[in-house]
Amino acid sequence: MSDAAAAERNIDTSKMQISDEIAIQISAMNKWYGSFHVLRDINMTVNRGERIVICGPSGSGKSTLIRCINRLEEHQAGQIIVDGTELSGDLKNIDKVRSEVGMVFQHFNLFPHLTILENCTLAPIWVRKVPKREAEETAMHFLEKVKIPEQADKYPGQLSGGQQQRVAIARSLCMKPRIMLFDEPTSALDPEMIKEVLDTMISLAEEGMTMLCVTHEMGFAQAVANRVVFMDQGQIVEQNEPKEFFNNPKSERTKLFLSQILGH
Amino acid sequence: MSDTHSNTVSYVRDSMLPQQEPPLKDRGAVKWLRENLFSGWLNTVLTLLSILTVWFIIIEIGPWLMNTVWNAGSLRECREILDGTSGACFAVIKDRWHQLMFGFYPPEYYWRPVLAFVLMLVAVAPILFAELPRKMLYFSALFPFVGYHLLWGGSIWLPVAVLLGFVAGYIAFRLLDRMSSLISTLGAVAATLAWWFLLAGPFNAAMTSVLPIGLEFVRSDAFGGFLVSVVIGVSGIALSLPLGILLALGRRSEMIFVKSVCVVFIEFIRGVPLITLLFTASLLLNYFLPPGTSFDLILRVIIMVTLFATAYMAEVIRGGLAALPKGQYEAADALGLDYWKAQRLIIMPQALKISIPGIVNTFIGLFKDTTLVVFIGLLDPIGLSNAIRADTNWNGIYWELFIFIGALFFIFCFSMSRYSQYLERKLKTDHR
Repeated sequence: MSDAAAAERNIDTSKMQISDEIAIQISAMNKWYGSFHVLRDINMTVNRGERIVICGPSGSGKSTLIRCINRLEEHQAGQIIVDGTELSGDLKNIDKVRSEVGMVFQHFNLFPHLTILENCTLAPIWVRKVPKREAEETAMHFLEKVKIPEQADKYPGQLSGGQQQRVAIARSLCMKPRIMLFDEPTSALDPEMIKEVLDTMISLAEEGMTMLCVTHEMGFAQAVANRVVFMDQGQIVEQNEPKEFFNNPKSERTKLFLSQILGH
Repeated sequence: MSDTHSNTVSYVRDSMLPQQEPPLKDRGAVKWLRENLFSGWLNTVLTLLSILTVWFIIIEIGPWLMNTVWNAGSLRECREILDGTSGACFAVIKDRWHQLMFGFYPPEYYWRPVLAFVLMLVAVAPILFAELPRKMLYFSALFPFVGYHLLWGGSIWLPVAVLLGFVAGYIAFRLLDRMSSLISTLGAVAATLAWWFLLAGPFNAAMTSVLPIGLEFVRSDAFGGFLVSVVIGVSGIALSLPLGILLALGRRSEMIFVKSVCVVFIEFIRGVPLITLLFTASLLLNYFLPPGTSFDLILRVIIMVTLFATAYMAEVIRGGLAALPKGQYEAADALGLDYWKAQRLIIMPQALKISIPGIVNTFIGLFKDTTLVVFIGLLDPIGLSNAIRADTNWNGIYWELFIFIGALFFIFCFSMSRYSQYLERKLKTDHR
């Protein structure tokens, strides 16, 4: 278990405040892949400033769930409202939501033909119409924040996995999103690199960012999350604050899952 | 160093080893020879056989090439000079140089195709080499019109009228830019077509009667030799790449109608021999056009060659698109880029890079296929070689003409191939 990230640093909770404002509202949402019912009756409300960790066995639909929030996947029934905008077939709404919601992928998905700096400035310039110089300043600011400003002129292929993932986080931040989604951000990384990415995510949490993370890093969940959501077979089985969730799980399925991942 | 510890279980290295040179037989020329020419008895035999073959070819052809006659008015004269010895008669190239280059283009206007060729190189340069100033691209955009006017001449207002169509499209695009990119694109296309079909004709006629300037008109029949090959080849290449991209995107589209149209087009064109399309261009197309329209033959051939290459190009690019990981599309989507921006900024640069070998393959194929126009009566270099042999002076000369034509085609195609390798190296971004 990597509790390292949590243990080694004192987390500054002063700005980690949860407001009453609703950031994401998912109600009675269902999704099918063909005839396979991947997400079943999902109801979930995320307030601004919340840090939610979603965990569960593979195939439980946790990635699909957060991919629905910026419509990389389409849901077939129910409602998803992000920042007051309902996700439907309307392309304008989708683009609006996507420019407000940052996403970090398991495999980084940096653009290999562009330099690190260009990766970070592309969307601000072309979507937000920010002047190039301003976009570059913002990009350098966030690259400094993820601690790799010196790599700005390199290409993604020249960076290590951990560095690439930090660039991917910086790239999302350059769009000044109000919500960040993380889809197993550390699963493709070597153990040595997991910490640097988690540190970046923790500092983001400290600034009060609304975050939804699909991750198996339980140390991160305990240190940062204010809520842990456990999913199995496309349903939300249990959700609770981390302390209760880990020490006193209610459902049998959760207990089994926790014993398997914490047991070694 | 290592044997000190080799028998002990617990082991701590006290000093890191410095980097050392490989042994003598594993570096430099010796290594290269050993690995590439004499890596086993079979390869050694093959190497020796290859050397023998090359030697044999040089011995056989060398003297014939070295003993070349450059100045003679006819094959008979050539043979008299050679006086029974073996030798090439490249005098035919010198004698018919202009014809091989320009066909029957009026000699007093030879400067026009030459100038057009030079300007073409200038126009292509900034597209090929990103180091050149980007402002040069404005000239590249203008070149098709300049080139057309230089080659065919006629009233200068015709190319201007066509050019203004694009200007109209651009203005419409700008005006509608606030709307979605689909509306502005459709608006631009509509404005361009409206100008061409409704206003360009009267505009051309009016301006020509007011201000009749322009170069002397040269009919397409006068075009020949490499002029024809280059005009058809370069136009085909320049048009087939953008059209191929659109077609490839269309084939991957989720809109069923767009997709079906693209699939049918690609499968039809690929399923029909080019020569059939060329005969259609030369013989049948006139039946479908309104009576009285004379549609230039070279233009018709360019259209057919372009369509043919476009279908292949689309499939090559589709291969590149399919090779891109899905994550690239998702990352572009997640950042809020719309379809066209994602295609232009993220997807196409990578897909085209992957497709470079296939694209250049298609370009080279297209360029060489231009020799097929000989069958519909255009005098490309091959057609001219027949015409030159029909002259009693040069009756019976084969090798020299074909070697020359082959060499020129080789230069064109080999440069394309070299350029593509340069580009692949330059675009390689995963080096550490």
